[in-house]
Amino acid sequence: MNETPLIPAGVKRCSKWQFSLWMAAVTAVLLWGVYAMFLIWYKGLNQTNMNNAYGFALWIWADLAVIALGGGAFFSGFLTYIIGKKELKNIINFAVIIGFICYSSALLILAIDIGQPLRGWFIFWHANVHSMLTEVAFCLSCYFAVLTIEFIPLILENPKIDKVPFFHHLGHNMHGIMAIFAATGVFLSFFHQGSLGGVAGVLFGRPFAFREHIFIWPFTFFLFTWSAAACGPCFTILVTWITEKITRKKLVKDSVIQLFAKISGWMIITYIIAKTIDTLYWAFVTAPGLGFKLMDFYASPTYNIGLLFTEIVLCGFVPGLILITKRGRENSFSLMTAVILAVIGVCINRWVMVLQVMAVPVLSFNEWYTYMPSWQEIATTVLPVAYGLIVISLAYRYLPVFPQEKELNPID
Amino acid sequence: MKEKNNHTKRFGMVIDLDKCTGCGSCMVACYAENNVPFRVDETNKLDSLSWLVVHKITNGKPYPNTEICYLPMPCMQCDGIGKHGHSPCVSVCPAVATDYDHETGIVSQIYTRCFGCRYCMAACPYHARKFNWWDPVWPADMKKYLSPNVSPRMRGVVEKCSFCFHRYQQAKDKAFYEKREELYEDEYQTACAEACPTGAITFGDLNNKNHAVYKLKKDPRAFRLLERLHTNPKVYYLTSKSWVRRAGDNYLANEEPGKIKQEMVHGH
Repeated sequence: MNETPLIPAGVKRCSKWQFSLWMAAVTAVLLWGVYAMFLIWYKGLNQTNMNNAYGFALWIWADLAVIALGGGAFFSGFLTYIIGKKELKNIINFAVIIGFICYSSALLILAIDIGQPLRGWFIFWHANVHSMLTEVAFCLSCYFAVLTIEFIPLILENPKIDKVPFFHHLGHNMHGIMAIFAATGVFLSFFHQGSLGGVAGVLFGRPFAFREHIFIWPFTFFLFTWSAAACGPCFTILVTWITEKITRKKLVKDSVIQLFAKISGWMIITYIIAKTIDTLYWAFVTAPGLGFKLMDFYASPTYNIGLLFTEIVLCGFVPGLILITKRGRENSFSLMTAVILAVIGVCINRWVMVLQVMAVPVLSFNEWYTYMPSWQEIATTVLPVAYGLIVISLAYRYLPVFPQEKELNPID
Repeated sequence: MKEKNNHTKRFGMVIDLDKCTGCGSCMVACYAENNVPFRVDETNKLDSLSWLVVHKITNGKPYPNTEICYLPMPCMQCDGIGKHGHSPCVSVCPAVATDYDHETGIVSQIYTRCFGCRYCMAACPYHARKFNWWDPVWPADMKKYLSPNVSPRMRGVVEKCSFCFHRYQQAKDKAFYEKREELYEDEYQTACAEACPTGAITFGDLNNKNHAVYKLKKDPRAFRLLERLHTNPKVYYLTSKSWVRRAGDNYLANEEPGKIKQEMVHGH
């Protein structure tokens, strides 16, 4: 009797030794992060280089960044199941896995970041409904549950698991109702992505972050949701491209990537126009009304006006314009350049909305605050990357992640 | 017969910067009164737990025109936008670990509720909120001298000036015992106000016409820090120096503090 293989039929994977070696290397990095994590839980946040002026730092940025980059999951679900772009079914599995990694990482980082981790549940139990963080915590947790539900049918497709009739039927039935979960995911994502925008926007004591009138609601909410929907797909494309390079295989057809990139391009362009309007109103109306000139916020060697240019023009308009043109998308170099720039752009946006907010002096007699993360902070931020690599490696090896892989890589 | 409490209190402070010598007595008194922990090495002031910090500011001019001003900064106990208790920190706390007391106007911090997300610290433009980065450790015998009226805080939570709220509670208890609802002005005073050797710090009910702070806040020399942000602090400062007044907020080159204040008052 033939035993069912663990690896899906019709695809080729590297040898066990090669895979084990790779996993050992990534696990070593993961363990470094885990060690730092336990050090922080055991000794406290004195293991970081945060201080009373820099209460939000690298972790909160990492949190916001991975949530934005994981936006490819909800947006691809929206496009596939609600708008009806069926071609994207060929990349949605991977987008869901990336989303799952990003959101589980975000929750882990939050658990490391809080001073009293055992009281983490207070945010649900003693919820302040007026706080942006409360809404973020609720929606983030719910959406992570949705992503888990979206990931389960794919896990059930592993040949060994699929052999069990119960799991086979469960997976089949879950596929059938996946549109409902995709819609729920979109609904929840609009809330938590938007609330994350509000986290900085409502800080009326911080003129760098604060927005007024329609620029707080709905603009800050709209900008964060829109940027995640715009740049999340770029991250999905980027990780797909990296996976293709490592596995030395074409995994997704160009037509699928280009469709995803085209939609992303239009999203980026519309987002960056809205962001420009927001920035202009803030720079020339809101900030002067509070006694600040635009250049007051960019008067540090680290945070100079070049950062604003990089975020909006170089990593906003440029990738957007490349991706909306057919020639830009068809040339793999320009496509990948645009995708990388868009990913950097959204990360810069989240960086300035966290770290620059803390750095800018508000009292006239205060200096710019500086901050350099400790090795423990860096290790715990690298931890999700190693964890992500492990999840992707396992998923790619044992699950039929890419529906077009067989067709694109026929085995003789 | 009980004396009637006929108005809502807004406890506040007026600090006369012309009188402050920067001696730091207020800081020391605050540490002792509120069981504020300290470490052997306190050189990094950004890690310190001082509930009240005395800043040294200068007019930026070279000698012999240099002028110095010492500016003590406790928690500003902001009333927030619209003076409804929507202070920068209270509205953002996800677990209601900090609250605005509408009876006194004091912004509280519930240490056992706080789980250390530090969103309130990010929200406060005055850096009044401090985080317990370490477990509190006192020198051996010093534990015996800790105040029994103030609970020490644990690692991983935020703390801040409470306007010595425990003293208010004690004064209320005394008044209740004496069948009074109203407190005498000197019955509830903060430790810093009592410790100031030059009498620069005056504390009381900003709503009570009989309290010194009521009149002082209307002094032409009075201003508050960062008024333009609409945080509505209950800590007022007095200064006769225009450069100090200007340092209290942010102004564009062509703006005058007095004119901006008038515009704010009249809602322009």
